[in-house]
Amino acid sequence: MSTYDEKTLERLINGELTWGELRPIISGSKDPDRFEKILGILQRRVPWEEKILIPLHEHLYVVSKEGKRIVKCDCGHEFGDYRENWKIKCRVRVRDTAEDIGELYSKYMGCDPEWEELREYFCPGCLTLLDTESVPPGYPTIFNFLPDIDTFYEKWLGIKAPDK
Amino acid sequence: MLKKPIGWDGKTLMEMLNESEKFIKETKHYYGIDKLALKEKDPFNYERAYASLRGALVSSRETALHISASPIVKEIGELCFALYTPEGDSIVVSTGILVHVHTMSEAIKFMIRENYEDDPGINPGEVFLNNDPQEGNVHTTDVQTIIPIFWRDELIGWAGGVTHQIDAGGITPGHDLVAAVSRFDDGAYYTCRKIGSNDKIWKDHMINAKRAVRTPMYWELDEKCRLAGDLMIRDALFDFIEREGIDYYKRFIREAIEEGRRIVQERVKERLIPGRYRAASFFDVPFKEEAWQPRAKMDKITNEPIEIIVKEDGTLFLTFDGASGPGPNPMNCGIGAMEGGQWVLLTQILIYGDKVNDGAYFAVEKEYPKGTWCNPGDPYLSYQSPWGNLIPAYTGMMKAISYGLFSRGYREEVVPGYGFTGDAIQGGGIYSSGPLKGERWMLSTFEISGQGLGASAVKDGLDWGYAMWNPESDLGDVETWELFQGGIPYLARKIKPNTAGHGKYRGGANYAGIAMIAYSKDVDFFGAREGLVFHGAGGMHGGYPHATGYRLYAKNTNMKEIIENQKEYPLWDPDPEHGEFEKLLKGEIVRKAHCSIYPVLLENYDLVHFAMSGGPGYGDPLERKLELIKKDLDDGIYSNDKILSIYGVVANYDEIKGEWIIDEKATETRKNELRNERKEKSLPFNEYWENEKKKITEDKLSEPVKRMYSESLNLSIKWAKEFREFWKFPEDFQMEVK
Ligand SMILES: [Zn+2]
Repeated sequence: MSTYDEKTLERLINGELTWGELRPIISGSKDPDRFEKILGILQRRVPWEEKILIPLHEHLYVVSKEGKRIVKCDCGHEFGDYRENWKIKCRVRVRDTAEDIGELYSKYMGCDPEWEELREYFCPGCLTLLDTESVPPGYPTIFNFLPDIDTFYEKWLGIKAPDK
Repeated sequence: MLKKPIGWDGKTLMEMLNESEKFIKETKHYYGIDKLALKEKDPFNYERAYASLRGALVSSRETALHISASPIVKEIGELCFALYTPEGDSIVVSTGILVHVHTMSEAIKFMIRENYEDDPGINPGEVFLNNDPQEGNVHTTDVQTIIPIFWRDELIGWAGGVTHQIDAGGITPGHDLVAAVSRFDDGAYYTCRKIGSNDKIWKDHMINAKRAVRTPMYWELDEKCRLAGDLMIRDALFDFIEREGIDYYKRFIREAIEEGRRIVQERVKERLIPGRYRAASFFDVPFKEEAWQPRAKMDKITNEPIEIIVKEDGTLFLTFDGASGPGPNPMNCGIGAMEGGQWVLLTQILIYGDKVNDGAYFAVEKEYPKGTWCNPGDPYLSYQSPWGNLIPAYTGMMKAISYGLFSRGYREEVVPGYGFTGDAIQGGGIYSSGPLKGERWMLSTFEISGQGLGASAVKDGLDWGYAMWNPESDLGDVETWELFQGGIPYLARKIKPNTAGHGKYRGGANYAGIAMIAYSKDVDFFGAREGLVFHGAGGMHGGYPHATGYRLYAKNTNMKEIIENQKEYPLWDPDPEHGEFEKLLKGEIVRKAHCSIYPVLLENYDLVHFAMSGGPGYGDPLERKLELIKKDLDDGIYSNDKILSIYGVVANYDEIKGEWIIDEKATETRKNELRNERKEKSLPFNEYWENEKKKITEDKLSEPVKRMYSESLNLSIKWAKEFREFWKFPEDFQMEVK
């Protein structure tokens, strides 16, 4: 059974592993204690106290706060109930003109605003770019991932969720 | 029925298929197997047995491909073989273009359901041919040879092989046609046809088949290549049965599939998190201007929303609910293609390793809504290029699963998608001089097998090295392509700047080529790739989609003069706004923002540009490490202006050292500017929502966008309900296209 020390996993998260180190991690059998270890590392890294239940995103976590499960950015900004799409609490920039799209893509190499627009979702707290959506104008905001937290902990890991 | 049934224990194949489906439905286990008895009793023998079959399939493929003359088969390995149960479920597969393992399964099931056992009969030594996308195929270009395998008087399995043709005899030359609008344009159709007996292909079939395509030699040798591979598999299977016994074999194949099914559940539980995952992809069909046929003159966007439910038991439910409609274009997709695409990706992102078989198919419950592009249910539509919709659609599956992999901590496995395997330039012509004068050459470079892969959550994406349909992808050598498409020699192949999706980790980057028509006449040229919409489901966690394709070619050029005078000619198109074509050439230069074009006629000295795709990015570009950005600049992956406007990095080129030097202080200032700009140019969600809604209510949507919504609203109750609720529209809200 594979297992990796915390230092290796820290470096994995930081993107510091060389290809030579990374390759066997990709091709080998997975380390069953990964979730638990990553959770520990992330919990130490965030500047706040709430218990992380699920790491949702590079910067976002489902955390337990006063009996509620909310989405929280590592900057401290809180997005509210995890069952609601966190994107509808973001600041949004829509690139729907050739000029705005042209800042990111060479001419002809971006979408045509008549066909598609590019949306940027920013954290209102730290202005980190949390998500982009390339969709036709008028497309509803996509709800990327809604985890089933209790089934995960109780049925898959065989333990109660940390907030239970 | 007078004939003795050919199934096991006196059953017909249809009875066996029904029984197998009943078991799966009632017990969720393949053939109701709840205990892997052979594996438990003697795991060593079980694994050895599996490995021996797998080895036989791989070696059959490796040997058979030398019979083919087609460079697509020989160089890139666009073929694969699989062994199936009597019911048509794959047990073990070769390497190669694995997208077809499940497609052939559907073809076998079709023959069983149509009672081929009775008529036309299924006998030892007979050969069946299929390329019908309605009955277990992707498009007519992929041709399958399937043989029944008998032990004594029972059918014990099927061997199937598939190769990708250079031409399928469609409305224009080519393997992924753009101009096909109905079945009658797709080329030769063989719907599970018997074409041989006594291990030989009938002469009348071969005469007919060769006349149905533009490349008779490739067709004939490919048919022989597939049959040879199938026969080698049959021989290997006979050896296996001599060694292990028929009873062992019969139990073994069912256990192997059940094990394959369980592996999916175990992997899902090991790597994902139960819950609901969503993504959406799109594809542009910009044929209002392009199409020849009046009814095909229509601009369309395909809506390809995907939802995956990871269930408590580790099985998956996947739906394309909300998909838009089919159309008078070749991008319609049959279920066989959808299943094949899904299976080949699942085997890459979740269930790689041993026991890759149809067990994976049984672990995923799926919904391809009827009447949509992914299940039109109409055999008279064109299905010549279903890849156009299929390839972007399944980026959504990869991205969705990546959310789960990330949350579970397996960040190294995250891949939000891949580049479209375009720009498939196609066509061909006739040599007008030289030793091959009068002979036809076909344009179908398969360097499309080398696209950019998406970034992961820990590193950049793979450059120029990925094709979703073939895990062993390869760009191929220019010299090999030129051997069979000698009428269009390459002038250059270079890294194309700014193709990779931006992000903390960038997507894979790619090349572009320039080629010139030479020594030829009657040259058709066309190509297909996304152009007006980004490919697939885009970037992840703040990463951006990779660049789109576009079309560039030059007609009536002065290349003859340029060559004679040894003057400079374009080697690339690094900045399409200030093009090298325009700078260096005289003639008619055609640039189109869309990339899929109907055939045009080209002449000697005309030039074409074609670009392979990057991959989507991951994470906020402002977090990209400076040393990686320096390398991007030094390698020509991105141009300096894009580095400044997206990554906020200020760099200067040092002429003496010949490398880029980053100005860290100026970079800090620039990054702060970009952060301020984010605040200034963004809106709180509610204000954004009001503005965005007005695009619909104030009739600001373009015709193709409205058409897409109109189709999806009509085709799905659930998707329509969510759409109306999201924008707070009344329950009867519809979208009209005038
Ligand atoms: Zn934040």
